[in-house]
Amino acid sequence: MTQFLSLLVNGISLGTIYALIALGFVVIFKASEVVNFAHGSLLLLGAYVIAVTSDALGFLGAVLVGVAVTAVAAVLVERLVINRLRGAPVISLAIVTIGVDIIILTELVRRLGSDILNVPHPWAGESIRFAGVGISLNRGVAMVVAAVLIGLFFLAFKYSNWGVAMRASAEDGETAALMGIKQGQVSALAWVVAGVLAAVAALFLVGSPTPGVSPTVYAVALAAFPAAILGGLDSTGGALVGGLLIGIAETLATGYQDEMLFLGRGFGTVVPYIVMLVILLVRPSGLFGTRELTRV
Amino acid sequence: MLSIDALRVAYGGAVEAVRGVSMDVPDGKVVAVLGSNGAGKSTLLRTISGTLSLHRGRVDAGSVRLDGADLVGRDPGKIVRLGVVQVPEGRRIFGRLTVEENLRAGGMASKDKSAKAAAQERVYDLFPVLKERTSQRGGLLSGGEQQMLAIGRALMASPKLLLLDEPSLGLAPRIIGQIGEVIAEINRQGTSVLLVEQNATMALGVADLAYVLDVGEVSLSGDARELARTDEVQRLYLGHESEAPQERTTAAPRKTLSRWTA
Repeated sequence: MTQFLSLLVNGISLGTIYALIALGFVVIFKASEVVNFAHGSLLLLGAYVIAVTSDALGFLGAVLVGVAVTAVAAVLVERLVINRLRGAPVISLAIVTIGVDIIILTELVRRLGSDILNVPHPWAGESIRFAGVGISLNRGVAMVVAAVLIGLFFLAFKYSNWGVAMRASAEDGETAALMGIKQGQVSALAWVVAGVLAAVAALFLVGSPTPGVSPTVYAVALAAFPAAILGGLDSTGGALVGGLLIGIAETLATGYQDEMLFLGRGFGTVVPYIVMLVILLVRPSGLFGTRELTRV
Repeated sequence: MLSIDALRVAYGGAVEAVRGVSMDVPDGKVVAVLGSNGAGKSTLLRTISGTLSLHRGRVDAGSVRLDGADLVGRDPGKIVRLGVVQVPEGRRIFGRLTVEENLRAGGMASKDKSAKAAAQERVYDLFPVLKERTSQRGGLLSGGEQQMLAIGRALMASPKLLLLDEPSLGLAPRIIGQIGEVIAEINRQGTSVLLVEQNATMALGVADLAYVLDVGEVSLSGDARELARTDEVQRLYLGHESEAPQERTTAAPRKTLSRWTA
């Protein structure tokens, strides 16, 4: 029971990190109608920048710079590539983002080599225990920060001008244009938000229990794709639920792998995709997705 | 206020939808544009509101001027800020946004908070039914209420000139009458109106001036009441003749929504 609770708490904390990534993914899809496959490498970029600037700038400074660089990089991708291809088929745009992803990832992998860069989290290595349930302090902080950010995001999405403009534009771009809502601006802002969320997710993904910044972080970030897709690509609430679901499922599968040895070791990393497949078989447009929109 | 001069518009560089149209909307008047499907009515409105490029259309010649300022080539947001706002055909309200959010979206081009608050009050005065449903999703409103919301949304930008694209489309006769009264009231409050319609009875009832478009050209124009008495308008648009059904069935219906004609 203690093991289960412990795994559950760890799963939820991993899930909130996935939710941050998936939210960015969904926001970009809503605003620009792009399935952004470059999201993983943007996240790795954020982690890399935080790691290499932390010696000179200290932890907080490095985090701010890392978040800013990721947001700027995301906006550059939008302005230089996506915005110029507006109106192109969804498939072509998705393939373009795969190209962008390969370029960014290749450069980062070249720079990283086989090193594992360390991010000096002030809470490094510590863990908290409560009634026998243990969680690394990093994951604990992640859960709190992610909950605050996700809360802020949903408030802004519901009540701010940006949120209303974004939802109007996502529903009917031409009519929104008739009210003077500029799709370009809405879309650029969406990429900024997505970049910020990805960088914050990166900050926690490279902390304990993960060893540090290495190309494998990219593979971990990929698990947020099934989270966004199973929630429904155009549903922000779906991204949150999907993130939590994937986080919990993955952590449970990893924790109980000794009891399920017939599946082999390392089964946890496959679980996100299996959960996604099962859910898509039952609900092809995801848990909360709109039918037409998710036929990518 | 708005003057269109020898306007020619084509889609994809080939299909000419508007062929040399000249038209004036004088300050404070309601101007109706009649015409069957494919006459170029929607193209005309797209040209004025700046959304032509979204449909791969291009202005080949002529000009559209608002108080002397050329509107051709400007982006839709700028045109809204200059005071020209379009209510799109088929209402196109944001179904997943609430009534209040729809209105908020309509005021997005302006930063003037007090002007927006005043505009919202005006909208709720004109359409009390919207005030009762502020937090309801737009998609749950009836057709008539959606049309009111679409007009209210446009009024949120405090337009000098309101462009209406077939507001009677798919509505019951009684509601069409209400829409006509609303248009007259909006005009009384000082907004000029360009009303594109297939429902000639309603349009000629509220309009001061009218134009009839036929395959991209103006075939008739003049005082709305006089125009309503001419044989051609009586025959083609008001249905006072024996061969009327034949005339109507030859034009293939483009829309899926049903339409009520007098």
